[in-house]
Amino acid sequence: MSEQTSTSWQPSASDFASKPKHQTAEAITRPAMSYWQDAWRRLKENKRALFSLYLIIGLVTFTLAGPYLWTIDPSAQDLDQIGMAPGADRNVTIAPAYQPWYGPTDDQAYANDNALGLTLVGNATSQAVRLAWRGNDYDQANYGYKIYRTLFPLDAGDAFGLPLMESKNHYFEDRLDLQPTDYYYTVVALDSQGVETDQFATLKLTVKRVITVLEAQKRGLTKNGPVTEGEQIKLALHPFGTDYLGRDMLARLIYGGQVSLFIGIFAPLLYVLLGVIYGSIAGFMGGAVDQLMMRFADFAVALPFLLFMILLKVIFGIGPGESGVLPMLVAMVILLWPAPARLVRGQILQIREEGYVSASQLLGAKTNYLVFRHMVPNTMGVILVTITFQVPSAIFTEAFLSFIGMGVAPPTPSWGSMCNDGIKSMLTRPHELFFPALFISITVLAFNLLGDGLRDALDARMRNRE
Amino acid sequence: MRSKSTSNSNTHSNSLSRQLGLYFVLAIVFVAGLLLALNQLAGLMATATQEAQAVDFANNSISAVLREEPPQLDSSKATDSTSGLVLGHIMEGLLRMDLQDRLSPAIAERWEVTPTHATFWLRKDAKWSDGKPISAADFIFAWQLALKPETGSEYASLLYPIENAEAINTGKLPASALGVSAPDPHTLVVELTRPIAFFDKLVVFPTFLPIREDFYNSTQGRFGSDAKDLLYSGPYTIKSWVHGASMLLEHNPHYWDNNRGKLAQINFAYITSDATATLNFFKDERIALARLQAENLTEALRLKWPIRRFADGTVFYLEFNHREDHLSRNLNFRKAIQHALDMEELVYKVTKLPGYLPGKSLFPEWLIGVEKTLREEYPASTVTVDSAKARAYLALAKEELGLAEFPEITLLTSDNPVSNIQSEWLQEVLKQTLGLTIKIDKQIFKQRLAKMSSGEFGLLLAGWGPDYNDPLTFGDLFASWNLNNRGRYKSEEMDALIATAQNATATPDRMKAFGAIQQQLFDDVVILPMYERGVTYVVHPQLKGVKRRVIGAETDYTYAYIDPDA
Amino acid sequence: MLRYTLKRLVLGILTVWFIATATFFGMHAVPGDPLSNDKSTTAQIRANLEAKYGLDKPLLTQYAIYLKNISQGDFGISFTQENRKVNDIIKEHFPISAILGILAIVFAALGGILWGALTALYRNRWPDSVIMFLVILGISVPSFVIAAISQMFLVNINALAGTTVLPVGGWGTVWHMIVPAMVLGLSTMAYLTRLMRSSMLEIVSTDYIRTAQSKGLPKTRIFSRHQLRNAILPVVTVLGPAIAGITTGGFVVEIVFAIPGLGRYFVEAIQQLDYTVIMGTTVFYGAFLVFMVILVDLLYGWIDPRVRINP
Repeated sequence: MSEQTSTSWQPSASDFASKPKHQTAEAITRPAMSYWQDAWRRLKENKRALFSLYLIIGLVTFTLAGPYLWTIDPSAQDLDQIGMAPGADRNVTIAPAYQPWYGPTDDQAYANDNALGLTLVGNATSQAVRLAWRGNDYDQANYGYKIYRTLFPLDAGDAFGLPLMESKNHYFEDRLDLQPTDYYYTVVALDSQGVETDQFATLKLTVKRVITVLEAQKRGLTKNGPVTEGEQIKLALHPFGTDYLGRDMLARLIYGGQVSLFIGIFAPLLYVLLGVIYGSIAGFMGGAVDQLMMRFADFAVALPFLLFMILLKVIFGIGPGESGVLPMLVAMVILLWPAPARLVRGQILQIREEGYVSASQLLGAKTNYLVFRHMVPNTMGVILVTITFQVPSAIFTEAFLSFIGMGVAPPTPSWGSMCNDGIKSMLTRPHELFFPALFISITVLAFNLLGDGLRDALDARMRNRE
Repeated sequence: MRSKSTSNSNTHSNSLSRQLGLYFVLAIVFVAGLLLALNQLAGLMATATQEAQAVDFANNSISAVLREEPPQLDSSKATDSTSGLVLGHIMEGLLRMDLQDRLSPAIAERWEVTPTHATFWLRKDAKWSDGKPISAADFIFAWQLALKPETGSEYASLLYPIENAEAINTGKLPASALGVSAPDPHTLVVELTRPIAFFDKLVVFPTFLPIREDFYNSTQGRFGSDAKDLLYSGPYTIKSWVHGASMLLEHNPHYWDNNRGKLAQINFAYITSDATATLNFFKDERIALARLQAENLTEALRLKWPIRRFADGTVFYLEFNHREDHLSRNLNFRKAIQHALDMEELVYKVTKLPGYLPGKSLFPEWLIGVEKTLREEYPASTVTVDSAKARAYLALAKEELGLAEFPEITLLTSDNPVSNIQSEWLQEVLKQTLGLTIKIDKQIFKQRLAKMSSGEFGLLLAGWGPDYNDPLTFGDLFASWNLNNRGRYKSEEMDALIATAQNATATPDRMKAFGAIQQQLFDDVVILPMYERGVTYVVHPQLKGVKRRVIGAETDYTYAYIDPDA
Repeated sequence: MLRYTLKRLVLGILTVWFIATATFFGMHAVPGDPLSNDKSTTAQIRANLEAKYGLDKPLLTQYAIYLKNISQGDFGISFTQENRKVNDIIKEHFPISAILGILAIVFAALGGILWGALTALYRNRWPDSVIMFLVILGISVPSFVIAAISQMFLVNINALAGTTVLPVGGWGTVWHMIVPAMVLGLSTMAYLTRLMRSSMLEIVSTDYIRTAQSKGLPKTRIFSRHQLRNAILPVVTVLGPAIAGITTGGFVVEIVFAIPGLGRYFVEAIQQLDYTVIMGTTVFYGAFLVFMVILVDLLYGWIDPRVRINP
């Protein structure tokens, strides 16, 4: 038997004193954040989303501030530089005004190096190219000549090129689309039946670009002082080239962006929003309400789009040549909401069966709250994809509508209508199609990345992770 | 969690990607199977096009493109150019235009036009494609058919010079009252209501083509809707017609003229209106002829294709609205615009389409006058473009109209690319030179027509193509009674001149009247001629003898042949 | 199920009737008139034409006559193609558009699902970026540009090969269908790829997937049985109207490749105000669309058992 300790443990008052609070485990390391603040934080951390946000801001600034920095009028037609690619040569010489030509003078000397004596009279300029010829060796009666022109050197047996004119005269003046490049003219003698003989002559020449003093003044090139004949000056600068009427591409892109971005962003936002509300109500309600609502959506989809656009144009009373941007916006919303509605309804039908929905209902949540606070955010991914994909679609629909007279009236540009116009010359002047398409692509890319980032940021399940 | 899932997918991505790969392969197999099934299905439907070859010397056939499905092959009702093209190959009438564009005998061997009658003597060896001879009765039946109100033929008015024609068309007389008779099966006598010197030029038009009564009745209302519902009088028959897709023409063995229809087959293998697609078919050597646009020109030159050009006969002009409540009723206003617009700039620098001629007159260059062309005998007056003068006229107009400022003016135009370019150019030039604000009203086809008829425009970009080869088809446009006078220009002098042109029998008198009409159009600036349209096209080098026509079949292959050594 | 289908069919017919009515009155309200032409005709000839087409009767009478005719299956005669009945036009040209459309949808759906799954799998790595880049291109470039470029491409390939690798246009064999169908389905495929990707990524982090993973199910099984199947649902929803949309929207492809489909007629009919063709094609497409939607809804219920069809 151990000796019992004489001092057994006796509780003392200090044992019952309260312990100091250890807060380390429950220390708040950072301030509390709401759902939105958290979403914003995560968005900012997503490099791609941030990049896309900057891109969008950049585009909007480009279209809004652009007109103040680049002051060329987008509808001014620089007819001497039609369809110029960016960086093309801009030199031009001043020449006297155009005088009609009635043939060579009697003392005109003809070249001796070809069968018909084909000679260039005067200089070959973009105003006119004047050709004269003696005639074939044995023509007593003049049965006429056919004049051709091509851009490429001719080998034996090649077709002569573009037929310009058939004429009985021994001279010809060409004024058709003369560009500062090499041309090969061929003159062929015809026989009494009007059929080409084998008497022909080819002449190579290089056209020089010229404008008159009056034209220089009209195009605003005389600001630095008057110009004299024979002087060489530079035509206006067009960094992105010009279109089919000589209008500056950069200016058109800036102004066009205003229309396209406005429609491209707001129209999808509006009709997808409308679709979301409609579809979620239909999906959640189910039953007869759902059926009726969806059948109405089917009805709206099956109506012929073009027909009703024309009708709406008449109803809105858009006058000729007026810009009907707002009516167009309304019209697009009226006709395009069913697709997102159907999509969202489908999602809602799925989500409706989730556990948390029933739990919420048990807790007494009202329909409004359930649908818009719980279910819709969980369809965010699908909704965002739809919005971003409707952006280019809206831009092209706007182009199409402007084409039929609804929307912006000429000469107001928009990216979509610039694409339409650029298609025709896709092979020869690709820059007319390339730049507006590029801008549309950038916009679409930006919205896609932003959409991705938004979806990640708004995804409630990702909250409080990493 | 994110990093975790990436590492997860890293380690398992191999198996997953194999799974996915398997799905890809399954998908391809499925698609291949589907394609096979669809191939069978497509073969069942009679829409297969034979693999077209542009020029086939061995079979003596060529292939080409139709711009649209021919809407109407019933010659009593046909109005459009595609139907006209097909009809020009499968049917023949009393007279036709030859290779030199002169009126020449066809089914009628000879003819005579007097102030009261037109008589046609038909050849005895002309036969229908079923072997039966073509008789005068066939013409009578066709013309009566075109005039019957229930047929609803839009060009019935061309037959009005015939006695009682108009009364029949308005329902006042039965069709049998028509003033045509056939004393014997090969003579056709036409009674005229008034002297018409150019009646023989009128009968070239498709509405005058023959239709045989018993065949027409046997089709029970389906005449002209399919290959078997047509009887052919021309060098070709339709062997097969796949609607919307293709049409195959074959030489008609019963056709009388051995100089026409040298090709054994003409295969219109594609039906599309897209010019780029057509050019692609040409490049791929599927068709023998294709139109060129300005954008493809460089490419065509580079490929050294033979390029041809022809004036398609249409004249385009700026039409003013002469009604009471429009600015353009003021002569000085119109003169201002006349002096501001340089049509040479439009044609040479802006539209740049080769083959277009800057407009000088309503009457195109190719119209024949007495001996030479009408324009050679009566040259059109022109104006030099002068902005200062233009502004002076505008100031005068402003005073006369009592305006402080000019309001906006509407320019009505269509939605095709060429009119786009022109209207935008016009808008800009008038703004720069005259300070006028032009609103471009772009309308698609039917809406534009509606506005044209009701006069809802200030300025109108209009065009007119000829119906028959006589200056009257252009000359009577601005008569006050002509519904095609959209601006409602009214002038007693003009009406009197047109009446002379219609009724005079001596050609010099008529041509003089046309010259005067041309002058009045200029002095009064009724319209502003813009350009005469031309077409450039490429042809396969081995195909020869293709004739382009201003009136009738736009592209005429009936004299064409293949030259294998070209 | 049967009751449900019957109910849907009845509702469908009602919907089609509404579509027909709205289109009929809308069509007559649009300015312009089907009988007008470049060259005006005299009043008499005009009256003859109106009588022939029944346009001289009051509007409601025309409507009643029209309804009676459609109930007997007669859509009338086209105004522009003057000798063809609308029934014939639809009968001859719809199957072509349908085949083209089905093929395009098959490409779009299969392509969309598989490419989308691929990008989800390789998320944020190079296949993802490449495919996404192509997707963006696919929807930023308008369809007529893609059609024109692809036709040009074909011409060059044929020229290089010296023989016909693929026909440049026309219709008749399976080779004629491939390129036009791909061009037609391209933008839908891009959309479906994106949708699929988004859908897959969401599902990856759901609870039931994690449960399945923690239960030790093989990755492949989870992938195909659970992820794919659930992610396909939004795609299926879109497919119904997409099919109808592609058959109508094919007109650009039909014009460029010279394919005799119905889409071309539909668009031209609106421009020409060809009343009978507009009505015929709209009613027909409306019925087709309604039918497709019913089919898709039924398919939905089959794929996702949780979605109970509320009768």
